[in-house]
Amino acid sequence: MPTLTIDGIQVTVEPGTTVLQACELAGKEIPRFCYHERLTIAGNCRMCLVEQEKAPKPIASCAMPAADNMVIHTDSPMVKKAREGVMEFLLINHPLDCPICDQGGECDLQDQSVGYGKGSSRYDENKRAVKDKYMGPLVETVMTRCIHCTRCVRFITEVAGVPELGAIGRGEDMQITTYLEQAMTSELSGNVIDLCPVGALTSKPYAFTARSWELRKTESIDAMDAVGANIRVDVRGREVMRVLPRLNEDVNEEWLSDKSRFAYDGLKTDRLDRAYVRRNGKLQEATWAEAFAAVATGLKGLAGSQIAAIAGDLACAESVIALKDLMEKLGSPNLDCRQDGARIDPSNRAGYIFNSGIAGIDEADAILIIGSNPRREAALINARIRKRYITGKVKIGLIGEQAQLTYKYDYLGAGPATLKDIAEGRHAFAEILKGAQKPMLILGQGAIARADGAAVLALAKQVADACGLVKDGWNGFNMLHTAASRVGALDLGFVPGQGGKDVAGILAAAQAGEVKAVYLLGADEIDTSKLGSAFVIYQGSHGAAGARRADVILPGAAYTEKDATWVNTEGRVQLGRRAAAPPGEAREDWAIIRALSDALGQTLPYDNLGMLRRRMLQAAPHFGAVDKLTPAAWGNFGTAGAVSDAPFVSAVADFYLTNPIARASATMAECSALARGAAMPKTGTHD
Amino acid sequence: MSGVHIAPPELQPASFEFTPESMALAKKHIAKYPEGRQQSAVMPLLDIAQRQHDNWVPQAAIRYIAELLGMPAIRVLEVASFYTMYNLAPVGTHFVQVCTTTPCWLRGSDKVLSACRKHLGVGPGETTPDGKFTVIEVECLGACVNAPMLQLGDDFYEDLDEESTGRILEALKRGETPRPGPQNGRLSSEPKGGATTLTTFNPAAPAAGSDD
Repeated sequence: MPTLTIDGIQVTVEPGTTVLQACELAGKEIPRFCYHERLTIAGNCRMCLVEQEKAPKPIASCAMPAADNMVIHTDSPMVKKAREGVMEFLLINHPLDCPICDQGGECDLQDQSVGYGKGSSRYDENKRAVKDKYMGPLVETVMTRCIHCTRCVRFITEVAGVPELGAIGRGEDMQITTYLEQAMTSELSGNVIDLCPVGALTSKPYAFTARSWELRKTESIDAMDAVGANIRVDVRGREVMRVLPRLNEDVNEEWLSDKSRFAYDGLKTDRLDRAYVRRNGKLQEATWAEAFAAVATGLKGLAGSQIAAIAGDLACAESVIALKDLMEKLGSPNLDCRQDGARIDPSNRAGYIFNSGIAGIDEADAILIIGSNPRREAALINARIRKRYITGKVKIGLIGEQAQLTYKYDYLGAGPATLKDIAEGRHAFAEILKGAQKPMLILGQGAIARADGAAVLALAKQVADACGLVKDGWNGFNMLHTAASRVGALDLGFVPGQGGKDVAGILAAAQAGEVKAVYLLGADEIDTSKLGSAFVIYQGSHGAAGARRADVILPGAAYTEKDATWVNTEGRVQLGRRAAAPPGEAREDWAIIRALSDALGQTLPYDNLGMLRRRMLQAAPHFGAVDKLTPAAWGNFGTAGAVSDAPFVSAVADFYLTNPIARASATMAECSALARGAAMPKTGTHD
Repeated sequence: MSGVHIAPPELQPASFEFTPESMALAKKHIAKYPEGRQQSAVMPLLDIAQRQHDNWVPQAAIRYIAELLGMPAIRVLEVASFYTMYNLAPVGTHFVQVCTTTPCWLRGSDKVLSACRKHLGVGPGETTPDGKFTVIEVECLGACVNAPMLQLGDDFYEDLDEESTGRILEALKRGETPRPGPQNGRLSSEPKGGATTLTTFNPAAPAAGSDD
């Protein structure tokens, strides 16, 4: 291992470390623009120049491998002069429009020119001007500001795996653009905004709406999919101005999918900001007391078995446990959180979580994807698979839709028959799984949200058992969820109790008139026309399908407006924080249920969030292990049985429109229309 | 403003395909590279496309080559726009590339350009109204020993002055193909007055010291 001296400090680093990384280990800050830890090294901005003794000139530390006995200076007069020179060159063609630039205040170029620049320029000529480029509805461009670091090009090629950005021309005429200025099709395109060290690529929806220093920043958890990406919600007043990713190596690294980043305008439209009660067939505004009274009237005299509750995709764990407790008090066993009818076996936790963890993908050497399109269902997990794929150390097989993922895979078959072949060892991929050190399967909701779902689940378990996916310290059975609420609700047991009905059962019974009241906790993905003449209580944030059918609407808070617990597809418990107040009379969801329980005379035994969370801990002790993965014991799940020939279909048809918030978002609607207009082009990263 | 001049959509043909001859040539280039490295053939293929398509590469050809080599179109466009030898917009039938880098400039490339202006009525970067001639300034073409010079198609016309440049251009106008090479009578890059060394050398005689 090379040992080198940096400003008199001796550091020993792993072979292959660059001088820049070694300097960071020694606690020295090196300015940079083009270098980024997660991208390949370009070495074209020259900002990271340092002095190496016995070298004839300053060296680009990002591209220089650390070698034994190197003596590096990062604060010598030569380095200072080199940085000033580079900065002067970078600023030659960079406009001084910081006051009207959205990057102002959080700009690498601004910060570093203050820190390392000379303060003046000797350049008297005209500055270069570059035509702005169209890159789609998400990324705004001011290309005159571009300093050609090529981070965006490298990100979209390497991480997103959709090489559609490039640098055309050369020298002073170099320009970053998509091919003939087409819109970017990557579902991770928003990350280029974060990567851009200047104001060349900025957020289009956020353009000119706020300055970074006037925003209140709240660290929270994303609820747009089941990845549970760590986000920072920037709020001005009570309005969410933007959403940014937060670093979490185990979950989202530092990326964020476009839906999580840009659906926030959906938080402002179509909101339920006060209670409604249906009177004479029409929904009319009501006070909380009137709404509760209407619920009490609606539930009056009903036996427990005549009441049912369905939890939606955006329900936080707090509201789920509160509703579960309320239903228990009302004597109803009819609860379910699996709106899509997925035949998940809630009795065994290992059977419904992503056991290996998302970070486990980095170690996997064989991956079998079953009935899932990870690119649409969990874009960040797809990026993780691609990250593993480019190391060349993994074999990927897919059963289901032949989608354009961003990596090459062996297409094994369309439906359960192929899965059966693998489970019974008749398929070549079974040998690949058996021969792998850390094999995994990823089971999508599309594979089990069907009539033979339980049998498919059993087959997947059989594959896991037969091919050695579960071994000491490794569990490669991974279920990929699409809803942020799902794993939390399953953990808390929001599933049919003794003799209770599942979603399909509830809907059938509602139509038959056996279930007379249905409580929808943000449940919008069900067929509301099948609710028959049941009395429907809808609690949620948006006036979506469920609300339109409701008899009483209780306005709830969206994910950015409440302190809430989310459990992602891995089973990782994470705390979301309230960034803004809910609109109008809307309230935090657990508090609504608590208040309603009072009105129904079935008071729930918690008066504040702390007491409620103690109750959650009691129901599921792993809720105490926040941010950590709690391994689940391997056991039996699934029901062996006959499977149909029907091919697997991904659970997500349209990446941009999967939940009420995204559907209320104009930005997402635009992205969706663009994506539908053009069939997904070949990504170029595989055949 | 920009050095990348891409023809506007109305000038772009809808489709492009290699002729059988071009394809055969392209396949020869592709075969030079090992399996999985076919993208390396992008530059010769762009050249083949340009030769086939009136000396410019339309976007349809960029996409065609991208498809052929299994690479994203933007990667092909990056290459095509990086090298000035690829024309991304139509050029005249006769593409007059005048070298104006220092050695040629010292030896009178300004005169060559003024001859172009005089005989064709266009300056650097312009095309004659009849679409016959496009004149551009280029960087060093590596014929400094015969400076000043210009390139026409694959041919170099060297040791130019205002008069000889005019002669060449007029010949082209008449549809003739003037003889390439030095225009001042010297043979390749030999001294103008004839050889000054190896004057007694007889290539037919056996070399001194040889065994036979």
